[in-house]
Amino acid sequence: MNIAIIMFFACALLSVAGAMLLILAREPIHSALALILVMMAVAVLYLLLGAPFIAAVQIIVYAGAIMVLFVFVIMLLNAGVEERTDFSRIAKFGGVPLGFLLLLEIAHSLYHSPVGKAIANGAGSSNDAADTAKLSEMLFRQYLFPFEATSILILIAILGALVLARKES
Amino acid sequence: MPLLNHLWIVLALPLAGAAINGLFGKRWAQSAVNSVAVGSVVLSFLAAAETVREFCHLAANQIPFIGNYFTWMVGGEATPHPFRVDFALQVDQLTVVMLLVVTFVGMLIHIYSTGYMAQEGGYYRFFSYLNLFMFFMLTLVMAANLIVMFVGWEGVGLCSYLLIGFWFLKKSAADAGKKAFIVTRIGDFGFTVGILLVFATFGTVAFSEIFSQVAEKPVNILTTICLLLFAGAIGKSAQLPLYVWLPDAMEGPTPVSALIHAATMVTAGVYMVARMSPLFSRAPIAMLVVAIVGAVTAFYSATIGLVQTDIKKVLAYSTVSQLGYMFLACGVGAYTAGIFHLMTHAFFKGLLFLAAGSVIHAMGGEQDMTKMGGLREKIPATYWTMFIATLAIAGIPGFAGFFSKDAILEAAKDGPYANLWLWLLGVVGAGLTSFYMFRLVFLTFFGKPRYDEHKVHVHESPKKMTIPLMVLAFLSIFGGWFAAPKLVGGIDYFEKFLAPVFSASAPTSDAITAAATDTTASPAMDLLHALTGWPVIVGILGLLVAWWFYVKSPDIPKRMAQSVRGLYTLLFNKYYVDEIYAALIVRPLLWISTNVLWHVVDEGLVDGTVNATATIARDSGGQARKIQSGNTRSYAAWVILGAVGFTALLFGLLGVAN
Amino acid sequence: MSAVPISWYLVLSAILFGLGVVAFVFKRNIITIFMSIELMLNAVNLAFVAFARARGDLDGLVFVFFVIVVAAAEAAVGLAIVIMLAQNRQSLNVERVSLLKL
Repeated sequence: MNIAIIMFFACALLSVAGAMLLILAREPIHSALALILVMMAVAVLYLLLGAPFIAAVQIIVYAGAIMVLFVFVIMLLNAGVEERTDFSRIAKFGGVPLGFLLLLEIAHSLYHSPVGKAIANGAGSSNDAADTAKLSEMLFRQYLFPFEATSILILIAILGALVLARKES
Repeated sequence: MPLLNHLWIVLALPLAGAAINGLFGKRWAQSAVNSVAVGSVVLSFLAAAETVREFCHLAANQIPFIGNYFTWMVGGEATPHPFRVDFALQVDQLTVVMLLVVTFVGMLIHIYSTGYMAQEGGYYRFFSYLNLFMFFMLTLVMAANLIVMFVGWEGVGLCSYLLIGFWFLKKSAADAGKKAFIVTRIGDFGFTVGILLVFATFGTVAFSEIFSQVAEKPVNILTTICLLLFAGAIGKSAQLPLYVWLPDAMEGPTPVSALIHAATMVTAGVYMVARMSPLFSRAPIAMLVVAIVGAVTAFYSATIGLVQTDIKKVLAYSTVSQLGYMFLACGVGAYTAGIFHLMTHAFFKGLLFLAAGSVIHAMGGEQDMTKMGGLREKIPATYWTMFIATLAIAGIPGFAGFFSKDAILEAAKDGPYANLWLWLLGVVGAGLTSFYMFRLVFLTFFGKPRYDEHKVHVHESPKKMTIPLMVLAFLSIFGGWFAAPKLVGGIDYFEKFLAPVFSASAPTSDAITAAATDTTASPAMDLLHALTGWPVIVGILGLLVAWWFYVKSPDIPKRMAQSVRGLYTLLFNKYYVDEIYAALIVRPLLWISTNVLWHVVDEGLVDGTVNATATIARDSGGQARKIQSGNTRSYAAWVILGAVGFTALLFGLLGVAN
Repeated sequence: MSAVPISWYLVLSAILFGLGVVAFVFKRNIITIFMSIELMLNAVNLAFVAFARARGDLDGLVFVFFVIVVAAAEAAVGLAIVIMLAQNRQSLNVERVSLLKL
């Protein structure tokens, strides 16, 4: 029993708990907070997997910006209205089994894939600086075009959001 | 030999006439239409005559002379017996006879029609059809293979339909045209199957090639082929049981009846049987069938003709009867006699019809003999020509019909295929023929007029009509002389002329040689023998009885009709054959067509399938659109379903990452 | 440090994804549905990083980077639409938005 496995299980449990809370919560704001919990747990998992830069990005951008946006919108729309999950019959008898089926399939295939059989060697053989440096190098060399394209994508998204949410004057 | 190398000219001339008149004749004056129509036939006759002249210079090994103009269709080139049909025309002695008969009689009838149809509407159409008919008939007689002959066969059927229904606005005429076409179609079906069987057996449809292989083929196949081909002849030549269209065909104009239903089209069946004589001679059963059908039809039709009152109907039944004699001749192996009778029949029957047309024209359209009478002095030219023709058909010695009919009955009695019953039927039929033909003459021309003389102005027909009558009358007398068979003291030219064509029919040539070497009897004895034979006796007997019944004591027929009322009614109503056919065949077919084929198959199956396709498309679309419910969550569910399926496909079926 | 097998990370990713699907199907509030989409994206990101680690190169991380960026853009535009929808219909219930019905 070493620290990595303990950490892993802790974070795994946290993330699953967060996800369950998301489903079972009755108010949307509770679901949002549960999602933040999930993201934090996943960030720690990224750290365990030896990707500190991504963990940082996850916390800063995902949990810190996107989720904040969600919370703003929930509060703006006063979505505190109680709503109960209406387990319609189709959903109950079709959806739940389907979800589990999907789950099992993916798990099964991933488990038996060659990569899944690889054992992650804990020796990350990466120090943070080199890791981030290499990543940024890749971003600006091989993946330059997608990088620039996503910049434009963000610009368009901003414009779109502005136009859409503007009140008719 | 220019014309022999271009035989198609004989065909092309009437076709050109038909095309020109058909396309342009509507706006032309009658004289223009005349010159095109009659001119094309006259030219065709001259071309035929020239062809015959050139033919006579051919050596024996060049006959039959075949002109192959183009390959019409070829199928199955790689097989050992490809189906090859060339547009080939041939000339041999038989063709020569038919050519001259068709073109000459056709020419006379065209000239006659210019007078007869002068007051009719659709003048150009009539001559266009008539020329078209000449084209098809010439194709038929000059064909060198069965398919080209069949083209002519069907073509004359088409023209017959068009011409019978010439006055198509009259329902009975339109119906008669349809009846003719449909009834002959039944026979044509047999003919078609026969042609197919010929091809299957011989690997070719060309006559010369077929005849060279006949000796090797088994008899039962040949018999089947002959019977099938004869079925076509039964339809086209109006024999029992497919004769019913010919009396109805009298709805057409009289020149049509003369040309098509007396002289040429109906003889196509006889020509075909004579042409296929090598096959028939190897199939005695088929020959017997032909002879029986011919003899029975001859007798049967004569009985109906005894009591008919419409002048054209009497002639129609007479035609059926005489055709029966021609088939009887072929059936007993006397092909030459059959063709000879065909020729003389063309002369006297054509004349009879044309003269009847003249009578009808004179009477202003009346066709019922009971309303005529005493026309002898008023229309003498018509009377004398008709009388001559009647003498010919009755077989009175000296006239054309005597020689031909005598030859047939002689062959039926003494020939190699002789059959006494058939001979008996033929003789009795001859007597009946004589009787009803003279009855016709006496009713029409003798006695007191039975019509209102103030209403009907009887006038002689114009020269255009009477001159062809006289030409045909001349031929009815002398047309038989040059061909008179030896046994009546004639020079037997016809028999010798046609001998090469029928030489494959061995028994007949044996009979010829036997007769030729028979030196015991002298020509004079032969003549006396012939003059006192049964055909002559019954012929004269018929004349006398008719005289007695219709001139001496005109009320005998009425009393006889009263006393044998049942028999009289039966004969008058043509043995109710049309009604029987309608009940047994036509009505069930109509019922099947309406209830089974129309309601069940067409409406149920075909319409049903189409409608069902549409209904399926619409309903499945209706079901499919329920996916678009507007309910976002169900969309989400479908998306996930698709994802699950696709993942299963990827990992399970396609074996990715396994 | 002894290792955590990569397959465990993948299984966890699968579990999170499955839960995200369940939430997507069952929740009626639009915003909650959006959040379930984000949960699914996170699960996928986890898988990417795990694979990147297993393969030893950094392509997976680059991809995760882009996924996060695109998720941000999508969230922005999507929430703008949600705001419009809420103002139009005065309800955040996804079943009220059924005008796209045939």
